[in-house]
Amino acid sequence: MIEISAYYFGAIALIMIGLYAVLVKKNLLKMLVGLSIMETGVNLLLISIGYINGKSAPILSEGVGPKGAVDPIPQALVLTAIVIGVATTAMALSAAIILYEKYGTLNIEEIRRLRG
Amino acid sequence: MVSILKRSLAIITILIIGYWLAVAMSHIPFGQDKMLVGQYYLNHVKDQTGAVNAVTAIVVNYRGFDTLGEVTVLFIASTGVGALLWKRKRERTARVPGSVVLTTGTRFLFPFIVLFGAYIFIHGHLTPGGGFPGGATIATGFLLLYMAFTVYEIPHKGFEVTEGLVGMSYVAVGLIGLLIGSYFLYDWIWQTWHVGTVGKLFSGGFIPIIYILIGLKVGTELSGIIDNMLKEGVSGND
Repeated sequence: MIEISAYYFGAIALIMIGLYAVLVKKNLLKMLVGLSIMETGVNLLLISIGYINGKSAPILSEGVGPKGAVDPIPQALVLTAIVIGVATTAMALSAAIILYEKYGTLNIEEIRRLRG
Repeated sequence: MVSILKRSLAIITILIIGYWLAVAMSHIPFGQDKMLVGQYYLNHVKDQTGAVNAVTAIVVNYRGFDTLGEVTVLFIASTGVGALLWKRKRERTARVPGSVVLTTGTRFLFPFIVLFGAYIFIHGHLTPGGGFPGGATIATGFLLLYMAFTVYEIPHKGFEVTEGLVGMSYVAVGLIGLLIGSYFLYDWIWQTWHVGTVGKLFSGGFIPIIYILIGLKVGTELSGIIDNMLKEGVSGND
């Protein structure tokens, strides 16, 4: 059996939960929520890869020297990813608003059927 | 039953994907020092950028071009939301006004929320935070205004002008770096003059300047997205 850290396990579990919502749910909004959960999982995975046991946040204040901080690069990348995630979620939600205005439903199967 | 079959198929697929993800991650040791370029940044962040917070130094200084691209993505997303939801005539259609608690609380809290957002993005080089969280905090203040008052709208003209000007100033700061130094987004304030002492507010080269610009841009853009999503098209007689 493989052994992984609890942080990796939590992040992978979040990714799997989000993927389940995307694959199985029929409501468009629930699928978008699933995408957001997946995104959270990926961010958590990146952050936990950068963690180093016993070291503190990469802010070099008193008592925290260059040797006492965790890897700052994953945190910078995740800072970027969160903002992009917000923007893309807003885009997807406005597309969902338009779909609802046009078809009167958010059920993807019905939307597909209406299109013919 | 088709749905149960489909659901179990999905669960099996997800379990396979999760298993192989876990197998891949088990080869990456958790909590051990595996920094390569990160250690270089940590060793040199104080003398090369003047900032204390290594994360924001990387975001604005070392990877400044990337951040300019990120701001562009945010701008495109905000424009896209505006274009997708575009109607000739759009108004706020909320009928139920906010309760007394909500309106009074909003009136009381709004200045403090904006102040806190401004604090976050001005102190980006010293404390956790920076332009993106600060701007998002300011946008939540405007969201609160939208929820509390049924007729409130952001001052569109001012916000659009601010957004454009701030985006251009970011590029202008980068171009000044190209003129003084050798490349686009060269940290001309810190590298040429070493203004301020490390760890104080007046330090960090152009990080506070760019973060103020980014904070204003993110705040206005997210407020614009909120405005676009909360308004509905009305069938006017035009």
